[in-house]
Amino acid sequence: MNPTCPSEQVASIIATHQDRPGALLPILHAIQDAMGFIPPDSINEIAGALNLSRAEVHGVITFYHYFQTTPPARHQIQICCAEACQSMGSERLMQHAEAAASGSTNYAVHPVYCLGLCATSPAMMIDDQLHARVTPDKFDRLINKIGSES
Amino acid sequence: MSVKIFVPGDSAALALGADDVAQRISAEAARRNISITLVRNGSRGMLWLEPLVEVQTEQGRIAYGPVTADDVASLFDADFQQGGAHELSQGLTEEMAYLKRQERLTFARVGITDPLSIDDYIEHEGYKGLRQALTLAAAAIVQQVTESGLRGRGGAAFPTGIKWQTVLKADAAQKYIVCNADEGDSGTFADRMLMEGDPFVLIEGMTIAALAVGATQGYIYVRSEYPHAIAVLNKAIVVARAANYLGSDILGSAKTFELEVRKAAGAYVCGEETAMLESLEGRRGIVRAKPPLPAIEGLFGKPTVINNVISLASVPIIMSHGAAFYKDYGMGRSRGTLPFQLAGNIKQGGLIEKAFGVTLREMMYDFGGGAASGRAIKAVQVGGPLGAYLPEAQWDTPMDYEAYTALWAVLGHGGIVVHDDTADMAKLARYAMKFCAIESCGKCTPCRIGAVRGVEVLDKVIANQDRPAQLTLLTDLCDTMLNGSMCAMGGMTPYPVLSALKHFPQDFGLANTGVQHA
Ligand SMILES: Cc1cc2nc3c(=O)[nH]c(=O)nc-3n(C[C@H](O)[C@H](O)[C@H](O)COP(=O)(O)O)c2cc1C
Ligand code: SF4
Ligand code: FES
Repeated sequence: MNPTCPSEQVASIIATHQDRPGALLPILHAIQDAMGFIPPDSINEIAGALNLSRAEVHGVITFYHYFQTTPPARHQIQICCAEACQSMGSERLMQHAEAAASGSTNYAVHPVYCLGLCATSPAMMIDDQLHARVTPDKFDRLINKIGSES
Repeated sequence: MSVKIFVPGDSAALALGADDVAQRISAEAARRNISITLVRNGSRGMLWLEPLVEVQTEQGRIAYGPVTADDVASLFDADFQQGGAHELSQGLTEEMAYLKRQERLTFARVGITDPLSIDDYIEHEGYKGLRQALTLAAAAIVQQVTESGLRGRGGAAFPTGIKWQTVLKADAAQKYIVCNADEGDSGTFADRMLMEGDPFVLIEGMTIAALAVGATQGYIYVRSEYPHAIAVLNKAIVVARAANYLGSDILGSAKTFELEVRKAAGAYVCGEETAMLESLEGRRGIVRAKPPLPAIEGLFGKPTVINNVISLASVPIIMSHGAAFYKDYGMGRSRGTLPFQLAGNIKQGGLIEKAFGVTLREMMYDFGGGAASGRAIKAVQVGGPLGAYLPEAQWDTPMDYEAYTALWAVLGHGGIVVHDDTADMAKLARYAMKFCAIESCGKCTPCRIGAVRGVEVLDKVIANQDRPAQLTLLTDLCDTMLNGSMCAMGGMTPYPVLSALKHFPQDFGLANTGVQHA
């Protein structure tokens, strides 16, 4: 149950952070943390509060890979595609994951470039949970688990 | 008496099930009526053994690893809480060759202490450096750092003391300390391990930097891929402030330093210092033209020290033990130690803090034990995604900034990524270009357009379309990027590309020219 409506939530986040120096990124993070993404209609309010143009706020949101402007899948899966993970078979893992994810509404797979687990690669993150030495088999087991939890 | 048991809370250990192990240990201990104190320490850095569980015994700490939750019952059956024999026993942690052969200065406490216990930190020599700094004039602190020979560990290896001197001399009412914890380089995790395993040493280092240049506000810009590091730092800042090590009137000195963590948002280029400043100010991470230097006009236009996590975390030991102590390690103009990160296709990957001068061969074989696949090692990328690939002929060169420059390679942030003989160097070269195309900030043409063209050209090379002409094009393109880019993103992407081409021509469909002599 969420008693506050989205725009009230956005307004209160903006009010909390707007006086911090360089407030835009902290505000965007707080909105995404609370709502899972940054609703496009919040751009007006953010721009107004920070004395920026809508285009400036939009430009910032789109510049950073982390910010999302559409509601995300229930689970976010990030697979490291950088060199140390490549050296241990992340390419095969990514292909496997993409095939498994196509058609799933439960989760979405995204590439990420290093999770700092490069000595125990390939690495992956399911929402906020890290996993190391992920084989396609281990991937399937982990996915079955989130499937049965949700 | 209660037994102390350590189960790392480091991300790498968590990713291998450390939380389950910790829960199982608590549950088993309760079931067996054994009184234990569970400490979630940082990682010792022997990452192939994670989760590495340790128990405190009269002889010292004894290590068991890699432990899974299913091993826990058998560990208790073997009386591991008293150091009992078990097939996972690694013996006394301090006697393990991997650790014993290291020179742990910056990482002295990581894996040993409870990261969030300030008492533990102080018992292990924490805050000695700050206390020393508080007795000195600002210029004398800068002098110590300069004399230690410390150079920036973020990549460019610029002398830290000289940077601080510029900020000290700048006349301004407000100055800033910014810690670069973006750690975007693939193959690196030293910043992460340090922030998770010993956050107070970074806070102490930043506080000393603030005293040295007259700054009162600091920011730690941490990448969004590091949620655990962010959480640990936020908690540690609260603890340090409550104990009067941050805030106004630090330890009764009338000095003020406030510190705040800022979360990045997944743009590699924001690790470049001026792009980071843009991001901290709330804009897109576009690289600024230099001059002005950030030391003169940095964050919000004020004089700003920007240093990497490891640079700042090395300052406390320099202050507490003296510049000469630190400078005594290393070789040539590379003084002190570098926390190397051994990663990729390697049996025993982990964090290895060594004085400069160690060789890649020692790293990969004496420490690493060879490729994880059991195959021959073919190529090693040192220094992150913008670093060169080194063939076997270069593995005996001492790891020193200048010696690497002479090889047309870089040490960077100390990442070492090992590839076995199944690696396709043309594909890795293509990846380097693709990464640059994805992450380019777009400010300058050689990088923005060049990287996209680079991918196209390498696609043709790989598909064997008009190879000789395409390879000439590739070399020209790299030349333009090397000489015409505004920052190292475009300016160094040619390092992995051209080194791969030079040392592994057969992977690009060329005859092996014999430049390699294994
Ligand atoms: C594209 C690019 C990415 C960079 N990423 C990082 C990084 O993730 N961490 C870092 O400390 N330095 C990074 N740097 C280097 C910084 O610009 C800067 O030199 C460094 O923060 C200075 O600190 P130091 O002198 O302590 O090394 C990067 C540079 C470039 C050009
Ligand atoms: S080299 Fe690339 S990342 Fe650097 S300023 Fe130019 S476009 Fe931006
Ligand atoms: S390269 Fe994959 S986790 Fe670092």
